[in-house]
Amino acid sequence: MRNARRLAHPRPLPQAGGEKVCTPYPSRLREGLRDLLSIAKLVAAGWAIATLMHVSPTHAETVGSKAFTESVILGEIARITLEDAGIPAEHRRQLGGSRILFDAVRAGEVDLYPEYTGTLRFEILSGEKLASDADLPAALARQGLRLSKPIGFSNGYALAMRPEVAKKYGLRSISDLARHPNLRVAVSNEFVDRADGWRALSAAYGLDAIAVRGIDHDLAYRALRDGQVDVIDVYTTDAEIAADGLFLLADDRAFFPAYDAVFVMRVGLDPKAIAVLDGLAGTIDEARMQQLNRMVVIDGASETDAARAALGQEATASAGRGLVARIAQRTIEHLTLVAIALGAALVVAIPLGVLAARSPRAGGLVIPATGLLQTIPSLALFVMLIPLLGIGAKPTIAALFLYSLLPIVRNVHAGLMGIPRSLRESADALGLSPWAKLRRIELPLALPTIMAGIRTAAVIAVGLATLGALIGAGGYGQPILTGIRLNSTPTILEGAIPAAALALLIEGAFHLIERASVPRGLRPRG
Amino acid sequence: MYRLEQVAVRYGAVEALAPTDLAIGAGDTLMLLGPSGSGKSTLLRCLIGLSPYTGTVSFRGEPVPDWRALRPQLGYVIQNGGLFPHLTARANVALMARELGWEKDRIVARMRELAALVALDADQLERFPRELSGGQRQRVAIMRALMLDPEVLLLDEPLSALDPVTRVRLASDMREIVAKLGKTVVMVTHALGEARFFGGETVLMRDGRIVQRGPIDDLAANPADDFVAEFIAAEEAL
Repeated sequence: MRNARRLAHPRPLPQAGGEKVCTPYPSRLREGLRDLLSIAKLVAAGWAIATLMHVSPTHAETVGSKAFTESVILGEIARITLEDAGIPAEHRRQLGGSRILFDAVRAGEVDLYPEYTGTLRFEILSGEKLASDADLPAALARQGLRLSKPIGFSNGYALAMRPEVAKKYGLRSISDLARHPNLRVAVSNEFVDRADGWRALSAAYGLDAIAVRGIDHDLAYRALRDGQVDVIDVYTTDAEIAADGLFLLADDRAFFPAYDAVFVMRVGLDPKAIAVLDGLAGTIDEARMQQLNRMVVIDGASETDAARAALGQEATASAGRGLVARIAQRTIEHLTLVAIALGAALVVAIPLGVLAARSPRAGGLVIPATGLLQTIPSLALFVMLIPLLGIGAKPTIAALFLYSLLPIVRNVHAGLMGIPRSLRESADALGLSPWAKLRRIELPLALPTIMAGIRTAAVIAVGLATLGALIGAGGYGQPILTGIRLNSTPTILEGAIPAAALALLIEGAFHLIERASVPRGLRPRG
Repeated sequence: MYRLEQVAVRYGAVEALAPTDLAIGAGDTLMLLGPSGSGKSTLLRCLIGLSPYTGTVSFRGEPVPDWRALRPQLGYVIQNGGLFPHLTARANVALMARELGWEKDRIVARMRELAALVALDADQLERFPRELSGGQRQRVAIMRALMLDPEVLLLDEPLSALDPVTRVRLASDMREIVAKLGKTVVMVTHALGEARFFGGETVLMRDGRIVQRGPIDDLAANPADDFVAEFIAAEEAL
């Protein structure tokens, strides 16, 4: 959850080369090439399906939320509030981090999402060095965005203790800690090191005498519960505060910046919707938000039910779809992502590989370029694609496409370069045209290597496609993301096991395709 | 059939073939003989446009403008056959005819004719190259070279990779085929015995140059220089 506040900043994207479509093969064709052709057909069909899937039937307001529970609950609150006011709304849940959501709302991919003033000031707009939250509306207006009124709570830093320990020492505020240097203080590792973390806090409150330890945030609550430490740092709306009945020390010198919850909205949002959302102002305080988080994280309620509770509504008997139906749905989503990306990669990478093998100069350009793409961290690539392609399936497919290029290009190149000179010359000596030579001799001879490259690309794509869930592409990443958020291993496995199974299945399928497409004369003798 | 004027081949600093003049008449059998690295294969490859040469190669009196267009009139066989491993023997042989759009019946008839000529049966033609013996592979390679009924047969050490028994059997079949077809044949060999066996004229090469040309027995009787005498003596000794 802590990490949700930090995300890589986008870098400009090297544009992928113009998509060159290879000319259709004439009728008589080696079996392997026929397979490639049918994959290309699959791609065309896939595009069609994807296009259909992405035609939005209505112009409903789109609420986005980040990939942590509080954000999803707030997103549900916004959706339900809008719908109750007669404004059609949809909620695209857990779309990764702040940067993804901010870019998405700027691009108009979502209309609003819950955010924190501190996150806006210190991360997203950190370059503007805003002096206070009061400067935010003007800074956002320059980006075509506006803020709702504060929802009523701040999800900032605080120091927490067990109430009986606080009572024993008579502690009410952080400044009281200075009188008890023997207290065992443990704060998140990142909080120890940050300049605005413990060191600054310690200076502000004169806590130099306290020896502070770094601790993993997930373990901190347990250590506090078990009495191994006396003071830990928390977020003010963490579910555990409510669950464990913890006491928060007052920040009496106002050291911690405010992380007031707000909605970031497009300026062009329907004024009626703005008014409805502003009606939420001041309705949820820290204690209420802790309770809502607790309902979901600890008691296992749905975010929708938590949101209804926040709005004073009855929980709905929301009978979710069965496990099989869920997995089937995600399998379709996942396969669609992989198939389209891989198919497009084939169409581009095979000609590129051939070009690289034909011309050493082109090869010296193409192979390092695809290699460079491979070195872009996947999350960064997804984020970089949002301004160009929005959120959802499109940027995910684009990223998978880019990652699939290298293994295919490289193996096409290697396969062609590995053909003995005597065979290439024999083809020339027969008088074959360059095209016939490529089609009848070189590609079939390189086929086992090419197929291995395609298989590698496919397996990588199946794995990477799980990250697509971070930007709303669905697939097996969805339950993995939810499971991580809720710390629920069964939910994680609901995505991880099918993903692994799919990777194995694709391996197996490719072995069969290879067996069918690689001519008997080239198969390993067994 | 061929006229070479000042034809030379250079790979970087290495002169593989010094400027060479050579005429080959229609129906000639010409053996290119010489030790390793003497340029005999390079010269043969000039006759099918595989060596990057300077100078002029004329075919039937005309300098060759486009080798690819000419190649269907030239049959080429190399040491290990150069068969495509992903194609059956039959597909190897039929490849270029199919590419040129021959009727199926015509291909079948021509294949039958050639199979009889090189003594292969239908079953062997269904096999992949690796499922054939070395001698069978060379027979398939000869079929492939003859498929389009070329005027010229260019053979680059076609017997060198074979065991002695297979080699003798294939050599006598080849001599028969060559005699029967009456084609222009240029064959590279490093073995004097092969040159003598196939008859015709021999061109003896050394260090990228033609040293002497004539019937092999003339070369033996009247060597042009010490190298010719020594090469022939050494070959005769073993």
